[in-house]
Amino acid sequence: MQKALRARRTLIYVICGILTLLSILPFWILLVNATRSVEQIRQGLSLLPSGSLVHNWHVLMNQGFNVWQGMGNSFIIAACSTILTVYFSALGAYAFTAYNFKGKKLLFSVMVGLIMIPPQISMIGFYQFMTKLNLLNSFIPLIIPSIAAPNTVFFLVEYMETVYQPDYADAARLEGAHELKIFHRIMLPIMKPGLATMGIFAFVTSWNNFLMPLILINDQSKYTLPMLVQLLTANIYRTEFGAMYLGIGLTVIPLIIIYLFLSRYIIGGVTAGGLKE
Amino acid sequence: MKTAPADLQPNHKGHFERYNRYGYYFLTPFFIVFLIFSLYPIIYTIYLSFTDLAGWNTTSNFVGFKNYLAIIHNDLFIKAIKNTFLLWILNFIPQIGFALLLASWFTNQKLKLKGTTFFKVAFYLPNVITAASVAVLFSALFSYPMGPINMLLIKLGLISSANNFFQSNWATIFIVSFIQFWMWYGQTMIVIQSGILGINESLFESARVDGATDGQIFRQITLPLIKPILLYTMVTSLIGGLQIFDIPFLLTQGGPNNSVLTITMYIYEQAFQGNRNFYLAATASVILLLISIVLSLLMFRAFKGRTKVGRAK
Repeated sequence: MQKALRARRTLIYVICGILTLLSILPFWILLVNATRSVEQIRQGLSLLPSGSLVHNWHVLMNQGFNVWQGMGNSFIIAACSTILTVYFSALGAYAFTAYNFKGKKLLFSVMVGLIMIPPQISMIGFYQFMTKLNLLNSFIPLIIPSIAAPNTVFFLVEYMETVYQPDYADAARLEGAHELKIFHRIMLPIMKPGLATMGIFAFVTSWNNFLMPLILINDQSKYTLPMLVQLLTANIYRTEFGAMYLGIGLTVIPLIIIYLFLSRYIIGGVTAGGLKE
Repeated sequence: MKTAPADLQPNHKGHFERYNRYGYYFLTPFFIVFLIFSLYPIIYTIYLSFTDLAGWNTTSNFVGFKNYLAIIHNDLFIKAIKNTFLLWILNFIPQIGFALLLASWFTNQKLKLKGTTFFKVAFYLPNVITAASVAVLFSALFSYPMGPINMLLIKLGLISSANNFFQSNWATIFIVSFIQFWMWYGQTMIVIQSGILGINESLFESARVDGATDGQIFRQITLPLIKPILLYTMVTSLIGGLQIFDIPFLLTQGGPNNSVLTITMYIYEQAFQGNRNFYLAATASVILLLISIVLSLLMFRAFKGRTKVGRAK
């Protein structure tokens, strides 16, 4: 019995080990190949870095792969979206948790229904609408809509229900505090852990968004990082492998770093608000 | 002690009734932005599906249901629907299989596995990485003739000469499905594991005392009790799967022979490439919307009773 259990445990570790390699190896090969020359990559696989990083960097830069600009654009969009999503979702969640008003159940049901309606469905109308508003090649249509993030509100409502105490608000009211001030001074700090989790997800989702910037932006100086990746499918990179791997690597490294530091919150938040795409 | 004025007295729920109107104020930004940037574009898309808007035109004519009649006889669109569901099935079956297996191992008290947190972090990693980057990375890994996968397979003696994977319909379909599987099984596993952890441990213990095997416990206790979570996983995954775009688009642009052309790619290509047939793209969007609504209703049933707000007070 004990022996069978040990054998089973070993088998499970082997399977988990293989899956771990499967998760890491593609990115490892990517980063290693970013440092190798075209010749070395042609000769075969290696798991050890080589010395052609600088060369690959120059090739990439000569192709106009403006990674800093792309990173800057992605960062501005993702940071603004995250702030708006987190702030207004917290405000909405607070409204649902703390107040009793007519139509609350209906509004909440509508909001839950919205979770599953993805933006892709309206993208044709959205594009035409933005064209009319003269907002193509602008970051505004990529940022402002994040004020309405139904899945974040939904998660924060669940979160609020575990931490909210009506007494806090009532005590502040007796001292004459304004409702918005109560929200800012008392509720936002209480919600901090939930907000951090949702903030990370909002940031990563916005950072990784490809389709929306693809249809709205065609000025290359406003390209986001995922759009720059598209340039790496150009013909030149069919020979300049090293530069291509480096290009992909540059878009991947910031996320890997974020993940290494925040994986605890990310894994913890998956069950909460992690809806697909 | 000074008493508060009557209208400031807390009611029996501890609320101050006159402040409840702030519920509306605080929800206003959410619903205004939703109306302008989501609802209006959806209605506008539906409107466009009844017009002939194309190219760089700014005006269009009303054409009734013509586009709908055209699109259901459009072979490419039908193929896109079939491809989308095929890609979903091929990635979801192994995804849910691995997720269930791993989650049941990680929650099995008898096995006392170590390092499960590390494994979870590793399995979830691909999900965080930009799908666009993943697609271009895999197109390089599977490239012909000098891609790392080809060289590895030759070295291992599994194939004698390099394989041009992206010229084969099925190889491309499997590669796209694999990438989807690889990006999502960790996420699904974590969701299912939290579901299993929600089950009362004493149920497992008494079953074990009664001599039930792990397989029996899994089938008779775990599976029935996590059914709502499985449904939730399935519907979210299906609706996510209906949107699949980044991976097939950047991997092969939908080729070879449109074998991985998906619904969202069809919409994108109709609207933003070639003739810019916005009317067809809008019609396809509405059909996608209808499919999603049917699935959302299923979803809603799974959600019922999860939070207090939705319940009567």
